[in-house]
Amino acid sequence: MANDSRGNGASGDSQWPLWEVFTQPPNGAPHEHAGSVHAVDAEHALQNARDVYARRNEAVSIWVVPSSVITASTPEDMGPFFDPANDKPYRHPQFYKVPRGIRM
Amino acid sequence: MPASEQRPQEDPKRLAEFEARIARGESIEPKDWMPERYRKQLVRMMSQHAHSEVVGMLPEGNWITRAPNLRRKMALLAKVQDEAGHGLYIYCGTETLGVDRQELVQQLLDGTAKYSSIFNYPTLTWADMGAIGWLVDGAAIVNQTMLAKASYGPYARAMVRICKEENFHKRQGFEIMTTLASGTPEQKAMAQDALDRWWWPSLMMFGPSDKDSPNSAELLKWRVKQKSNDELRQRFVNLTVAQAKAIGLEIPDPDLQYNEETEDWEFGPIDWDEFWRVVKGDGPCNRERLAARRQAHDEGAWVREAASAYAAKRADERAPSAA
Repeated sequence: MANDSRGNGASGDSQWPLWEVFTQPPNGAPHEHAGSVHAVDAEHALQNARDVYARRNEAVSIWVVPSSVITASTPEDMGPFFDPANDKPYRHPQFYKVPRGIRM
Repeated sequence: MPASEQRPQEDPKRLAEFEARIARGESIEPKDWMPERYRKQLVRMMSQHAHSEVVGMLPEGNWITRAPNLRRKMALLAKVQDEAGHGLYIYCGTETLGVDRQELVQQLLDGTAKYSSIFNYPTLTWADMGAIGWLVDGAAIVNQTMLAKASYGPYARAMVRICKEENFHKRQGFEIMTTLASGTPEQKAMAQDALDRWWWPSLMMFGPSDKDSPNSAELLKWRVKQKSNDELRQRFVNLTVAQAKAIGLEIPDPDLQYNEETEDWEFGPIDWDEFWRVVKGDGPCNRERLAARRQAHDEGAWVREAASAYAAKRADERAPSAA
């Protein structure tokens, strides 16, 4: 489901379409959602994102994505959507017994 | 909020589930079910907070061109730019509640929105740049450190980002005060005068006393806030008294005294009449601030139009010709 509750006005004294901003920190961690900006187009969104979310060398890379094209899971689906993982404790290391005194 | 305001009927089962999530310390995210009152309180609080960041640029912007040297000027410019950024972080958080930023900006320009009353006081001397960074940003940090644990995820995340940046604001302000306080007698007097004028309005920044704060109970119940106005105010006073002493300035409160038992610095009565007067629009600079904001908005119209026109032209160029 798209982020449809969010403003996307583009008329008159407009605040322009909304873009979600993802920034990657310099330490090799993945891109992370930083927030959003309003901008007329992708290039403008990148410039605004730099000014708003990377004033202190926080980012080595920025992605901007129109908010309206994001597809997200919904809280209502949360139970059934994620439940395939619920009954599989054997995917976790704690499931397995190790003889006492052995360091793994 | 008047008690007479009609409260929407909420489904009791969903409300109970919501409150259980709050009690478990879970983060509430934009698409989660939430009581209408929770949403309304957040929109009110977050938009006022965002407006405060934006209006907060004006008293300091006043001194950028008159900063005493290049180092101070660069720092002040960077600080004011941060405040613009902070306003944008919080507007963006407010938009996740289904409000359009344009609507909020319009309310600010109309004069129907509230913002922190501290920015309705004038900045008369350079020392006010020191006092604002030290006291106003210092008070904001106390408040925002708490809000960084707010139950609404987008608000809490914006606060984490803001808190990281505001420590620079406070330190640059305290450095200005320290320098003036150790300067000539005139410079020290200027620092003391700024502290005298900003001290009480800074204490008022935490809002009305708990017993007169209509929104507090609900905000605490839903973990938007975790400390009351009075608790936060006391924390700020406790932190600041020692800092003033260290640089030889005097807090302008004859009743200020240390309570050994509670380890609190107890302070004298706050002039709540003044507080409400400024909140209701009769502070020294309310009209001037709004006029400046409107002027900036109007004079920036051509920039917004040019950006839209450029984007439209680029889109046309990229589109395959119909011919």
